[in-house]
Amino acid sequence: MTSTEPLIEHHVLEYPGGYTRSVGPAISRYLTGLRAGKIIGVRIGDGRVMVPPTEYDPETGGAIDEYVEVGPAGTVVCWTWVSEPRAGRHHLTKPFAFALVRPDGADVPMVHVVDVASADEMSVGMRVMPRWADDRVGYVTDLDAWVPMSDGDMARTPSPQRSGGRAGAERAPVDQSDGAASGAPDLTEPVTGITVPIRLEYEINAGVAASKYLRGMAEGRILGQRAVDSDKVYVPPRGSDPTTGAPTEIEVEVGPNGTVTTFCVTNIPGLSELAPPVPYVSAQILLDGANTPWLGLVQGIAVDDVRMGLRVRAVWDENLRPDARCLKWFEPNGEPDAPYESYREYA
Amino acid sequence: MGSVRTAVIGVGQTRHVSARHDVSIAGLVREAALEALEDAGMDFGDIDAVVVGKAPDTFEGVVMPELYLADALGAVGKPLLRVHTAGSVGGSTAIVAAKLVMSGIHKRVLTVSFEKQSESNATWGLSVSMPFSAPLVAGAGGYFAPIIRAYMARSNAPRHIGHLVAVKDRLAALRNPKAHLHLPDIDLKAVEESFLLWDPLRYLDTCPSSDGAMALVIGAEDVADAAPNPSAWIHGTAMRSEPTMFAGRDQVNPQAGKDCAADVYAQAGITNPRDDFDCAEVYVPFSWYEPMWLENLGFCAEGDGWKLTEAGATAPDGDIPWNPSGGVLSSNPIGASGMIRFGEAAQQVRQRAGDYQVELKTGKALGHAYGGGSQFFSMWVVGNEKPA
Repeated sequence: MTSTEPLIEHHVLEYPGGYTRSVGPAISRYLTGLRAGKIIGVRIGDGRVMVPPTEYDPETGGAIDEYVEVGPAGTVVCWTWVSEPRAGRHHLTKPFAFALVRPDGADVPMVHVVDVASADEMSVGMRVMPRWADDRVGYVTDLDAWVPMSDGDMARTPSPQRSGGRAGAERAPVDQSDGAASGAPDLTEPVTGITVPIRLEYEINAGVAASKYLRGMAEGRILGQRAVDSDKVYVPPRGSDPTTGAPTEIEVEVGPNGTVTTFCVTNIPGLSELAPPVPYVSAQILLDGANTPWLGLVQGIAVDDVRMGLRVRAVWDENLRPDARCLKWFEPNGEPDAPYESYREYA
Repeated sequence: MGSVRTAVIGVGQTRHVSARHDVSIAGLVREAALEALEDAGMDFGDIDAVVVGKAPDTFEGVVMPELYLADALGAVGKPLLRVHTAGSVGGSTAIVAAKLVMSGIHKRVLTVSFEKQSESNATWGLSVSMPFSAPLVAGAGGYFAPIIRAYMARSNAPRHIGHLVAVKDRLAALRNPKAHLHLPDIDLKAVEESFLLWDPLRYLDTCPSSDGAMALVIGAEDVADAAPNPSAWIHGTAMRSEPTMFAGRDQVNPQAGKDCAADVYAQAGITNPRDDFDCAEVYVPFSWYEPMWLENLGFCAEGDGWKLTEAGATAPDGDIPWNPSGGVLSSNPIGASGMIRFGEAAQQVRQRAGDYQVELKTGKALGHAYGGGSQFFSMWVVGNEKPA
């Protein structure tokens, strides 16, 4: 990689602990049914049975509340074979079929997985049975997979052996108690809520302009940018002047000294894992030579002594790298306070 | 402005609370929608199109919620749009819905906005740490508190002004059965003694975190003329945006807000907002934003906003009541909060605001919302008479 190529970093977006989802009456019936080893659907206005149950009539939007048990046996309506399951992505860790399975008594198929040894065992119209998880908690994975039905198999008991991998060890915890995401599930009360882990992974490309600025960080320098026809210096730069759209092609080193234009004292702990102990000051800092304020922390001074106009300098992490997080905070630089008029238009 | 006279003919909202564990997101929005339809004397079958608004998907982790909500909102087989402009989204969603009618495209549009904040944590949702970037480790209050400090320095406003707003809006909410916070014992002392979260903002200076939904039915003139309940005629709508950060940006008194107000006032014939409106429902999530927006919206000269607040002008019995419903400080399902402002303004001119009804003189009210880093603005003016 040459020094002009944009920086790229892997990023995971994930709400810590997972979202706490209240499921409403229809999905409550469905999940409570799964926990009991039953598949629950709902009858809609035109007489058809939908599974999983919809909360409202999908044709008319009308209210519906006639829940019916379907299955347990079902028929494969169509299928496709997954020959290379992806660890952590697919429910099963061995090759399997994604299939539309229509439980007996239902009028629509549900998307699920069929666990067979090879695609040769799959066919449209094949009869299948649910394989239930051993430790059912009121979550979609309680119905672990569908498996081929053999004659006289209607009373099949839950499989003692799970298919392994994600299905068992990474089962999402279930919120049975209106918000408490931990503790043993109460298996007598209806399921009203679940905890839903949702994870998005990205390759974040910093872009050309920001990458120049970030490489300056690796040298302990703060590099702003301005457009050819403007004297307004932007830091961090985004590649264009937001007032004109002109590219900010000219690099301008700013700071490391600056002026606190305004600030607040935060007394709430835990807002970020990167936050210092409370109380701490976060401030808008006008770096010398820049025309936009930098949002940063002020340390090395009692919070009660921080004031508008305070002169500060950047404090760097000893491990300099192309990352804005290595500008740790600002501390007083000993200069006299800047007069209000000198930064008024930035406050 | 479009050529078709257009009115709000139905308004519905949930009772806002901190957590609605008893309903799904679909169930929540449907409650508001059904109430608005009943007010309009309609059912889902009468509706031509549905417009949905909410704040960032990180709040509930439901990506493209509008698709999931189609059957709950009776939108199957109809146009269904989703709008997103951060905290101002409730207002801009109502405007998109209104424009579909003003333009003559549809006659009857249902618009719904919501947030179910109990499904995650808004502070996390608003300040997700990204690679390369210095994190904003202070949350939403930590973003706005320095701007408030700058306003105080600029205007020489006394420190108790924000607390006055915090008390005023919570007392107003006692007359609104749908408001989240009902704090009958609140007074200046209680606010002054509440926890100092982000100096100068104390706990009671900030809005709650709510689960809730708001819905409006918007109809064309002939539909409104036949509606069972009074109409709130839309006299003007405007939206403006500006970048979060640019050289010379006035973060305290943003140009986009001033431009948006000038536009909507010109459409509605408003020349002196303090005299020409009977009340205003304005997005005030932190108490100090009342005096700041009084100035931004031209209800007084720059620097004088806090004087109106201090004199009681904006109280329910003042000459220009602001947020007689209790405002965002009393209910904040973020994605719905802007539409609640727009809908509460409509309820006032329809004389359907119940115990918090203001006296109508001009018959006009302002609905306002803002979002992002004070970078998105949406506003409308509604009146009890048809626009010229």
